[in-house]
Amino acid sequence: MKGFLLIAIVVAAFAAVPLVVHSNVTLNFLVVALLIALAGQGWNVLGGYGGQYSFGHAAFFGTGAYVTAVLQMRYGVNAWIGFAAGIAAGSAVGAIVGTLAFRAGLRSSYFALVTLAFAEVLRILASVAPITGAGVGMLIKLDLRAQSFQFQSRALFYLVILALVAVALVTAQMLERSRFGAWLIAVRENEDAAMALGVDAFSIKLGAMVLSAAITAAAGGFYAQYFLFVDAGIAYGTWISIEALLTPVIGGVGTVFGPLVGALAAKSLGEGAKLVTGDVPGLDLMIYGAMLVLVIRFVPHGIVGAFADVSDRIKRRVLAARAPAREAVHG
Amino acid sequence: MPSPLILVAAVLNGLMTGAVYALVALGLTLIYGVLHIINFAHGALLSAALFAAFFAYQILGLDPYLAVFVLAPVFFALGYALQRFVIGPAARGDERNMLLVTLGLSVFIENALLYAFRANTRTVEVSYAFKSIDLGFTFLAVPRLVSLAAVFAVAFVLWLIMALTDTGKAIRAVAKEKLGAELAGIDVAHVYALTFGLGTACVAIAACLLIPTYYVNPSAGNAFVPVAFTIVVLGGMGSVPGALIGGLVIGVVESLAGFFLGESLGEVGIFLIFILVLLVRPRGLFGSST
Repeated sequence: MKGFLLIAIVVAAFAAVPLVVHSNVTLNFLVVALLIALAGQGWNVLGGYGGQYSFGHAAFFGTGAYVTAVLQMRYGVNAWIGFAAGIAAGSAVGAIVGTLAFRAGLRSSYFALVTLAFAEVLRILASVAPITGAGVGMLIKLDLRAQSFQFQSRALFYLVILALVAVALVTAQMLERSRFGAWLIAVRENEDAAMALGVDAFSIKLGAMVLSAAITAAAGGFYAQYFLFVDAGIAYGTWISIEALLTPVIGGVGTVFGPLVGALAAKSLGEGAKLVTGDVPGLDLMIYGAMLVLVIRFVPHGIVGAFADVSDRIKRRVLAARAPAREAVHG
Repeated sequence: MPSPLILVAAVLNGLMTGAVYALVALGLTLIYGVLHIINFAHGALLSAALFAAFFAYQILGLDPYLAVFVLAPVFFALGYALQRFVIGPAARGDERNMLLVTLGLSVFIENALLYAFRANTRTVEVSYAFKSIDLGFTFLAVPRLVSLAAVFAVAFVLWLIMALTDTGKAIRAVAKEKLGAELAGIDVAHVYALTFGLGTACVAIAACLLIPTYYVNPSAGNAFVPVAFTIVVLGGMGSVPGALIGGLVIGVVESLAGFFLGESLGEVGIFLIFILVLLVRPRGLFGSST
């Protein structure tokens, strides 16, 4: 219960922000950070808990974004239904890629390669297919009504993405405490040993991939509604594959709050650097690349992991200090 | 049915394109064969090398074919330092970490180039860029012929290093049995860095061969990455002759596919072949299991 309580407190604190902060710039920053945190939580389910490092989460993000946009603009479907369909389509892509990759027994480098390749194929197809608006991209018509998943005030967008992140946090927390999660972690730690103990590694990994894809696709669908524009380079671009894995790695892979903490840290650094030198193309990704290398070198368990390590050490020291005292009582 | 002579021309052109592919793949496969990692920074290093070749010509007036002899050692040193001081210490032998570190390096290098030189596409103008030899039924571009010859020369030199020198022996020993090599007194970290250096030097040579007829921008090198991955997978991960033959084959396939299907499908085609190979015969083609 402690975990869920912590989630409730954190989400409540975030929800209170629009009451205090009215600056659109700050709210926009937080919306984008939460969006990346959501995509990162998706990656974390598969990569963090399952140990399957995907380099192509853009495939799910982009599918979520495109399906949301295309259903609205080409078929006149309601935005919320489009959004739900986007999540379903993203999960379906996850199921297809997962089935193919895990059936073929692809692990580590090969899994990373094949996910990357799928994202690239989708990017190229989206940049030529007429239904996606090809190279021009697709604009979603401005219609600032809640039933079209568009809001006059940025605070409402912020609360929607916060709610999505809250759902993802609860999902991760439930995963940690569930049998499915335990199997998933067993597969991450030693797939062969887990299989020897009767864990159906294929189904577990596939399940994690579908869940992971669904969460990241939700981030994509929200992106489409928030910016009202998608094109192949945005939706299926490598930037989102990188940010989706960067946030949990910085925050702490396989932790509930890792992606959120990582997204806030990465976005703060990126935006901070832009304030110092001006908005020069390449700067934020350059910083992300350097962060990735430095974090793995010096903070291998991420920010959340580092705090856990420190608190563990303190606990152990306290226990060690208490132990002789207890002996004295018994003696 | 097109005339056979046109097909021969397409095959010849494919062979010459394939030569550069082979060289890029050679570096990748060498690193994979010894370190057992897929170097995701390979494309970014190629972009960096293209910039180096470009500025060597633009500022120092160094002809790209002469710049090879400067840039290959420089990039060898760069690759050595990257593995020795960045990738090795950061990854601590964990495969997942190595993946992330090379990815991080790739993102860093590419965007540092973008930051420094912007997205503009640059080209060099050398006098021999459009020189060609008339075969009667087709023209062979001289720079591409030079590439073909150079690639065979590089492969031969690599083979000499591997087969005849003590360093080559040490590299082969580490590739086969890391722990055993370590016990026999081989400095594995040094060998890893040497190999990474050799792989990076291949990229620098490829850049010098490409620059007379190609262009450079911060993501120019990425165009070769999917092709190089495909070749490495096709030819057998870690196999030098495999990369050489695989590169030439892919070059010919691409040329013929472009001839019959049109250029636009070419890019998707490479990825699809790549996914298919990975899915259908991953272990069989890799040579060794993961």
